[in-house]
Amino acid sequence: MESSASEKVILKAIDLNAWFGQVHATRGIHFQAAENTVNALIGPSGCGKSTFIRCLNRLHEEIPGTRIEGQVLLNGEDIYTKGIDPVSVRRKIGMVFQKPNPFPSMSIFDNVAAGLKLAGINKRSLLIEVVEKSLRQAALWEEVKDKLKSPGTMLSGGQQQRLCIARALAVSPPVLLMDEPTSALDPISTAKIEELLIELKKEITIVIVTHNMQQAARVSDTTAFFLMGELIELAETSQMFTNPKDNRTEDYITGRFG
Amino acid sequence: MMISALRDRLSVRDVRRTMVNRLMLTILMLASVVAIFPLISVLVYVIQQGWPALNRDLFLLLPRPVGEVGGGMGHAFLGTLILISMASAVGIPLGIGVGLYLSEYGIGKIAVWLRFAIDLLASTPSIIIGIFAYALLVVPLKHFSALAGSLALAIMMIPTVARTTEELLKLVPIHVREAGLALGLSRRKVILRIVLRGSIGGIMTGVMLAVARAAGETAPLLFTAFNTSFWPKGIFEPIASIPVQIYNYAISPYDDWHQKAWAGALVLVLFVLLLNVMTRLILQRKPTVRE
Repeated sequence: MESSASEKVILKAIDLNAWFGQVHATRGIHFQAAENTVNALIGPSGCGKSTFIRCLNRLHEEIPGTRIEGQVLLNGEDIYTKGIDPVSVRRKIGMVFQKPNPFPSMSIFDNVAAGLKLAGINKRSLLIEVVEKSLRQAALWEEVKDKLKSPGTMLSGGQQQRLCIARALAVSPPVLLMDEPTSALDPISTAKIEELLIELKKEITIVIVTHNMQQAARVSDTTAFFLMGELIELAETSQMFTNPKDNRTEDYITGRFG
Repeated sequence: MMISALRDRLSVRDVRRTMVNRLMLTILMLASVVAIFPLISVLVYVIQQGWPALNRDLFLLLPRPVGEVGGGMGHAFLGTLILISMASAVGIPLGIGVGLYLSEYGIGKIAVWLRFAIDLLASTPSIIIGIFAYALLVVPLKHFSALAGSLALAIMMIPTVARTTEELLKLVPIHVREAGLALGLSRRKVILRIVLRGSIGGIMTGVMLAVARAAGETAPLLFTAFNTSFWPKGIFEPIASIPVQIYNYAISPYDDWHQKAWAGALVLVLFVLLLNVMTRLILQRKPTVRE
């Protein structure tokens, strides 16, 4: 990662361990992401990449019986420091999930405005402005601008996922986590979201879990390879896919297992 | 040769299967007709008997002494309205609260026992609940009261509302809750503004069913709210209600009272029917949660 060493690191994990009950799901992860980059996490199912990404916004701890050790630095500050409210962390580190999950019984507009509205921001003109901006950023504005009052759940799967991206962007987080955001979508919707990522990284930093190695190769600047709870290799994507340092990485990306 | 013999046997089986299928379908349809017959005949009979006595006086006047023509049971309609309102004011929030707790925080032993207790309460005969309210409020205060009657009805409403709330909140996928948390919303806001809001239509069904059921209860009112022939005086006084009034009139020897009992029954049935129809309308309007 020599070329990006000069760039500003916005998110950094130091010796991060996470458990589900007795299961040690991620082990001693060291990870970093530079500002305005897309960072892909790849690896076989059950390798701990989803658990890891859920540690980055303190969502892992919402599941009963889980435990976390280690540090996650956002702009140099540990989000796991005692006294830091996970709610405020999540406002700075947004997340998009595998399944599109618009809020039920909320209109398209209300879905996007939810983060602001429920945080107490009710100024109508501001909400209208933010909703339009976020929907444009998520490349959904043109498709929904005439039906902002219809329920979010009426949209197609791909549109719903872009709605969820818009909803996450509306609270303007500097970092956006995406946990396999296209795995439930058709190829056209997937392509739209991939284009979107390239566009979005001008303003924010993205960490994306993907099962699709072509996707990682297409959209990401760096790729991290996870295996059995460990981060095996973290490198620039071009290097990772042409000249991986670790044999296990090579085996995985050439399709020998996983 | 072999194959054509096999085919013949299979086609014979096909004919048999189709016939069995038809027979079973007929039996199932008959069962449905038998099941729905009492409902329809009750409705028809109540309308037949009650309709002639249904007039404005029934809702506006007090009963007249035996032998005098006319009068009504306005006090019972007003009484039921008061009883139901008071019971709802206590039973609905309590039920929703219990449902919220069970669905959102209900893990571990306490929740298991609470859920069991709620189910037990749901299957407790209503007269037992009446005895409870009697012991709690009638005995110490030394007389029957609207308060005791509402308490009994409120207790009857809790299990229905609580279990409907719990079931519906559990239908909201965990992804939706996580989406709220990931937006930087507190757990309280996620539960109240997203999860609860998303299922409010369904919860209203439970609420309306509970109200409809409570409106028709007689047993728990017999020795709590008791009955009176006068307009409601206050929550610490006995109060009339439609079901108890129907009961009293029905067991009386007077034709005029029988007539009024039928009319009261008709109004009660229509009220319950209306609540159910309203519930359906609400449910149709709200889009359900999609997984």
